[in-house]
Amino acid sequence: MARHTQRAQTPAIVTANAELAERLHKLWEIEPGIKGFLGTVDHKEIGIRYIVTSFVFLLLGGVEALILRVQLAQPDLHVLSPETYNQLFTMHGVSMIFLYAMPVLTGFSNYLWPLLLGARDTALPRVNALSYWLYLFSGLFIYASFLLGAAPNDGWFNYVPYANHQYNPGPNIDFYSLGMIFLGISTTVSSANFVVTAMRTRAAGMSINRIPILVWGTLTSSVANLLVVPAVSLAFFLLWLDRNYGTKFFQPQSGGQPLLWQHLFWIFAHPWVYAIVLPAMGMVSDGLPIFCRRPLVGYTLVALSTMATMAIGFGVWTHHMFATGMSDLALSFFSGVSIIIAVPSAVTVFAWIATIWTGRPVFTTAFHYFAGMIALFVIGGVSGFMTGSVPVDWQLTDTYFVVAHLHYVLIGINVFPVVGAIYMWFPKVTGRLLDERIGRINFWTMFIGFNLAMFPMHISGLLGMPRRIYTYPDDVGWTAWNLITSVGAFIFAIGVLLLFHNIAVSLKRGKPAGANPWDGGTLEWAAPSPPPPYNFVVLPSVASRHPIWEDRLDDAPGRSLIDIGLALDKGRQMLGTTVIDAEPAVILQMPFDSYAPFTLAVGTAIIFIGMLYRSWPDIGIGVIVTGIALLLWLWPGRLREGSPEAANEPPFAEPGHV
Amino acid sequence: MSAPLNYLTSAGARANMILPLTWGVLIISIIVITIISGLLLAAIFRRRRVEDSLLSRPSGGLTWVYAGVGISTLVLVATTVWTMKTLADTVLPPRETRLTIEVTGHQYWWEARYFSDKPGEIFTTANEIHIPAGEPVRFKLVGSDVIHSFWVPALGGKTDVIPGQNNITWLEADKPGIYRGQCTEYCGKQHAHMAFFVAAEPPEQFEQWRQKQIAPATPSPDLIQAVATFQTRCGVCHSVRGTPAGGKVGPDLTHIMSRGTIAAGTLPNTPGHLTGWIANPQGVKPGNLMPQIDMSGADLDAIRTFLQTLS
Repeated sequence: MARHTQRAQTPAIVTANAELAERLHKLWEIEPGIKGFLGTVDHKEIGIRYIVTSFVFLLLGGVEALILRVQLAQPDLHVLSPETYNQLFTMHGVSMIFLYAMPVLTGFSNYLWPLLLGARDTALPRVNALSYWLYLFSGLFIYASFLLGAAPNDGWFNYVPYANHQYNPGPNIDFYSLGMIFLGISTTVSSANFVVTAMRTRAAGMSINRIPILVWGTLTSSVANLLVVPAVSLAFFLLWLDRNYGTKFFQPQSGGQPLLWQHLFWIFAHPWVYAIVLPAMGMVSDGLPIFCRRPLVGYTLVALSTMATMAIGFGVWTHHMFATGMSDLALSFFSGVSIIIAVPSAVTVFAWIATIWTGRPVFTTAFHYFAGMIALFVIGGVSGFMTGSVPVDWQLTDTYFVVAHLHYVLIGINVFPVVGAIYMWFPKVTGRLLDERIGRINFWTMFIGFNLAMFPMHISGLLGMPRRIYTYPDDVGWTAWNLITSVGAFIFAIGVLLLFHNIAVSLKRGKPAGANPWDGGTLEWAAPSPPPPYNFVVLPSVASRHPIWEDRLDDAPGRSLIDIGLALDKGRQMLGTTVIDAEPAVILQMPFDSYAPFTLAVGTAIIFIGMLYRSWPDIGIGVIVTGIALLLWLWPGRLREGSPEAANEPPFAEPGHV
Repeated sequence: MSAPLNYLTSAGARANMILPLTWGVLIISIIVITIISGLLLAAIFRRRRVEDSLLSRPSGGLTWVYAGVGISTLVLVATTVWTMKTLADTVLPPRETRLTIEVTGHQYWWEARYFSDKPGEIFTTANEIHIPAGEPVRFKLVGSDVIHSFWVPALGGKTDVIPGQNNITWLEADKPGIYRGQCTEYCGKQHAHMAFFVAAEPPEQFEQWRQKQIAPATPSPDLIQAVATFQTRCGVCHSVRGTPAGGKVGPDLTHIMSRGTIAAGTLPNTPGHLTGWIANPQGVKPGNLMPQIDMSGADLDAIRTFLQTLS
């Protein structure tokens, strides 16, 4: 702390009042006009942008899927050319896995975390804004390939040598390679923000055994992302060099290694798969207690399982490569790990069932989605367990059985919880309830459509239908199952449209929600709906996992304070706390709206476009723009109001550990 | 309806070893789904004492978790052991192999080269791999362009064909029969049409087939013109042993009429389909590597006539 120039004052502890609220509102509200639009660092605004953008990509990926399903509805159809089919199935996977599944969870976590944690923003708001713009631009970058008719065409896994220039001379794979490196920056900075936020900005008293499971999920995913994204960024960078500058990393005829690609890709992609489900599992773990009217059974076990899944998840990547001719020792090891990783998932599933069993379920639409998710999770889980068994995997890998498996996993454990989460938290975000009647129809359409579409894929898989084929003959026994799948896909799509319909209707005419429509027990339900820009008038102190339920849970360990606490109104301020016990440690001076993140993202986009065309002047301009943005970002004295000298100064006695 | 690529049945030693495990984990999975779904439904719909919706924290929930996880872990460990056992069983063939076939994956067809101690008995064919029934056969899988995967579900699981490394696998057919195979690693535009067949025959019949394949073609003298046409139009890519056509890019056609299908399992090998394929390969398999050659009807006819003599 270089600027230790004046003694800190102990900040005032006050009761929440209207005058303070008004002052905070002025401090925290997004600036009007273009500055606010491009410069906002508000976690709620960024969260909503993330969610909306990811749903746009979900829609695009969904339309791609429907076109694929038309082509596959009958044998030997010619709706699509093989090349178009390949581009569409690739972009379907890329959209869903990279541009929807992770960003939507990032959006929810962005919106919810400070509310769950009793804070006013995430720890690094400008980094947060930067991550959104990078995500948006990288998504647009990858999708721009369609304008040239050259979308990525080698699957999301992008195996070499087919991705090498020799077999794939168009710009297709360059769009994908650079887009993935681009998106990787977004994921990295966003993950860093989540890690710091979870560790240092929890409400006073929210020790690590009181954190909502959603936070555990996203924290675990974020740590994983920081570890694995470099592997895939490196892989794509090497591929880009191979394709554009004649290096030979992946070219077997020059001693390069096709399997190096697979290792670098899957050591990223398998943990990624866990990263895009763990936060969603957290939504279920936090949602079920509300609708079962009791705390989660086995909180500690579920939190530990979340981390155990990720830890073990680092040791299973080669189960995507069982047929590549690996040594038997490696096969045995990775097979064992791939089967045993089901144990932490079993812990979570039984904890959920126990929560329902010992609770009193309230049959809301959100509960439907969470309960439905458990069923789909189990189906996707056991089919995953089957693929973990090497000899069986030699048969079912790269057949539609795996397509069924991954859709049960990704839609079952990501989309269903996310939609449930929308039903649960929409009232918090908008102040209005979604229509429950449409909600039920919405759920059953999606649930039936999903199973109708995806379950028969298990069977077409067992009957030997390979993945990634643009058509199939009529004499191999797959015709009927494919037709059912195609019909189911359209029903599922109608279900998704019903969700949008419900949102559109309820935004206008939904019932007012009030602060706590479901009688939830965690901090976000203490804030008004929608929450004000500063979230909490005074910063709450937490004494249990369910601050709002303490009066009614007879064994609650203490009493949380929600209406009395630190005002922290000298500028945009919030509380920094210690990692384990969340003791107050420091007052954080938070940044104001800034053009810097947007400008940095624009500069980065210019660099990537320049790399795509290998245009050095373009890259040079991008470097200058990013340089200016960084200067703008790091320029001292950018913090308005509240003296800069007081910034981030510890007002409290130095805690023993931080 | 027949499903020649299904793996819920088996017809050879390697697949036979895997099949019980496949059914085993499938049945375990179905049981698990049934039990958990039942528990879930029971948890949701079980009758509860009429009480208000006050929050509560009844105990006993953790017992569920411990019991459930304990049982699950036992099943998982047992499956792991079973997996290891099966894996160990399938690594080596039950008996020593006498025949090695080198299979090369190409965009979008399969080359099969039969080794022999006698150099004069080495020969190459495509897309239809004959093996003696009742005898394990060693396959050396060679990559030539991109990654493919060699899969004959009735006889065994997949092994990838990767350029730069030679994977070895083995297959055995219990009984004579024709077993369908398919490329199962995405390899480009015509990945969908990259099938092949393994024809298992009684050993003596296989030996006859082998001798016939070793022999070069002997085109009759009245086909000299047709051979020349083939040579100019097709010979850069295709070989017909016994003629000057010696291209190595496409399938060896020396005994094309002995095969049941053309274009890697895409079309039955009938005169009509053969003509259609030669005239319009890009219409049949868009994006495959056989170029569309503009030729007169007479040339087309001559080539077809010549090919039909290659039995």
